[in-house]
Amino acid sequence: MDSINWHAVLFFLFAGLACGAGVAVVLCGNIVRMAFALVAALGAVAGLFFLAGADFLGALQLLVYVGGTVVLLVFGVMLTAQRPLFALPCGIGQWVAAVMTSACLLALLLQAALAVHESIGPPQPGQLPASLQPTTTQIGLALLGLRADRLHQPDPVLRKGMSGYLLPLEIASVHLLVVLIGAVFLARTKRHLSSDILQRGQQRSPTLSDNSANTPSHSGNTSSHSASTSPHIGNTRFHSTGEQSNEPVD
Amino acid sequence: MAERLTSWLDPSWHWLAYAIAGLVHAALLLTLALTAAAVSIWLERKVAARIQDRLGPTRVGGRYGWLQPLADGLKLLGKEDIIPAAADRLLFRAAPYLVYGATFCTYMVLPFASGWVALPLDSAVFLFLAIASLEVLGVILAGYASGSKYSLFGAMREAAQVVSYEIPMALCVVIPVMLAGTLSLSQIAEQQRGWLTNWLVFHNPFVFGAFFIYCACAVAHTNRAPFDLPEAESELVAGFMTEYSGFRWVVFFMAEYAAMFAVSGLGAILFLGGWNGPVPIADLLGLRYDVGPLAGLAGNLLGTVNFIFKCFLGVVCMVWLRWTLPRLRVDQVMTLCLKYFIPLATAMLAGCMLWQYAMKDGMLRSVGIGQREATGADRQDGSRSSSMALPDALSLPDNHRRHPIGRHAPPVRYMAAADVPPYQTASSDALRHVSPYALKCAEIRCFFPGYSARAKESHVLGAKTYNFIPREAYSPRRAGTCRFRWRKTWLHPVRSKITRSSALDL
Repeated sequence: MDSINWHAVLFFLFAGLACGAGVAVVLCGNIVRMAFALVAALGAVAGLFFLAGADFLGALQLLVYVGGTVVLLVFGVMLTAQRPLFALPCGIGQWVAAVMTSACLLALLLQAALAVHESIGPPQPGQLPASLQPTTTQIGLALLGLRADRLHQPDPVLRKGMSGYLLPLEIASVHLLVVLIGAVFLARTKRHLSSDILQRGQQRSPTLSDNSANTPSHSGNTSSHSASTSPHIGNTRFHSTGEQSNEPVD
Repeated sequence: MAERLTSWLDPSWHWLAYAIAGLVHAALLLTLALTAAAVSIWLERKVAARIQDRLGPTRVGGRYGWLQPLADGLKLLGKEDIIPAAADRLLFRAAPYLVYGATFCTYMVLPFASGWVALPLDSAVFLFLAIASLEVLGVILAGYASGSKYSLFGAMREAAQVVSYEIPMALCVVIPVMLAGTLSLSQIAEQQRGWLTNWLVFHNPFVFGAFFIYCACAVAHTNRAPFDLPEAESELVAGFMTEYSGFRWVVFFMAEYAAMFAVSGLGAILFLGGWNGPVPIADLLGLRYDVGPLAGLAGNLLGTVNFIFKCFLGVVCMVWLRWTLPRLRVDQVMTLCLKYFIPLATAMLAGCMLWQYAMKDGMLRSVGIGQREATGADRQDGSRSSSMALPDALSLPDNHRRHPIGRHAPPVRYMAAADVPPYQTASSDALRHVSPYALKCAEIRCFFPGYSARAKESHVLGAKTYNFIPREAYSPRRAGTCRFRWRKTWLHPVRSKITRSSALDL
């Protein structure tokens, strides 16, 4: 039993789960099953992070991807679910494009993975630390601009480049703020002008020649009344708040 | 535990040591989770009954019906296993276990006593929040896989509610983390050792406010009333649990109570001192690891009992809220989260940041109540924490060193038994043959209000036994409205010797 490299066993377990779930995402017909296969794949990636000793990053993966992104994805699917979405039909053209894109990405990733130097390898059985090393503080300080794990860098040229990640943090924060404001703006209550109010406005305007100054205020009233009331009620209010006129109320 | 086991075994069996350690931790936590769920079920029924002016279970398992959860479980196990025809069978079967798994895995990072935590992580709080956010997926899965509109609506409402309330919950959680300077739950609780004044909830008024916002967000996270739209019984039959019956429903049910226990535990550790009580009993009695291993074990057991008591206190408060307040509508729920809790939590966070910048220490310690002396080891068993990973050559500016709370603070120690002045009474010479330990125990016992030697006789729940319970016993409010008075001993109708003729004086 001492010859079994448990790190490799667990690595292949998580990696196999991630790859298998990824294949299941592609091959499932039902979009909800695709979403939950994606959950399994992202959870396996979080497991890989935990295996590499990055507990903060693994928790972040679970929180952001599994608990946030996939939940939003499933929300989107559920709220827009029509019968065709539950069994997505894919044309042959989409398959060709997908295979070509994936092949390019695979080539790029393989080239990057095989270019890693041999000295950086998986930990040998004797070298594994007994417990998780603390990484949270170092991540926090690095995000604030201090690379605490590289303090004793003797080369001053290299030290200048190790200034932490404060600028990316600020840029990401501003991006997130923009996204938040954009989302709030997109989700605001919109004012719908219903068609018959517009028609009434067009009918009314030739007869209101003597009150031409009031016409812009009427159109303003139209838009403000139609925001929250039904067209019928809006019509009556329009008539009641408008100037006294002899037009027949219908 | 794994390290101790590996030190006993030779290297080829180390994997067995880790497996055994993992299995022991998992078995202990599973026992705790299931027992806590069972006790919570009983508590809910009893507390709900008392609030509604009735008794609750009284028959199963003796006087107070404490075996009622067992009866409930057996009944539910015997139900028919129904899967709706329109349901997605695989996902329908898998959903309850996903919810329970996520809830149960949050127990991994909760420390029950000093050093007694299944996963001593540096980022424990973060992992708790991350795993707790996985429950939503199980609920959505359950709602979708049931193939029913009620279930889907309930699942969508639940997902919206839980995901929205994660934000103010995380903001409230960040506040004690900021005060303690670490994400590790063990460290946060260690820093609250000592008396009640060391608790982080009393550190400054912003944390006090954040504690109540955290309580409300925890109630919303576990979908308890007044936030229980997803399982609203009067509206959606049972929400996303509509199509679940029998054992699968039991799993959802237990997941809900396990989640209540877990978020109560997190609140207790972050705000209420964790295993440290209002009074440091274990240290006043000298039950520490530097005294001896058995004393340390006893001290840790006391701490565990204290922590579990605080968790159950949180559960009782949640049950109390459920049966007191009416249910919020879903738009009210979202308004509360987005318009009230998020700004309030952000304001608390900003206020706490300013407090840390401006004030030296917590508000009680700044005026001299409950001073902490700054020497000693970090953990109770003398081992230093593993999160001191910064090299000493790191020179931070001086204003960061001003605050005694935090990772860069010197490790703290509260009052040791030797610092307590000796017991002084008028008859101290009469007591000099009594051991100081017994004197201290007596001193502590007299401190608790309401303790008396005859406490056993004057038990609050009453010591009388009835064959059947009179109305005065179970309904004190209605006791005075009945003209019929319960008699202790029934008087038989008087059969006097006076006959009718003698009464008529004939």
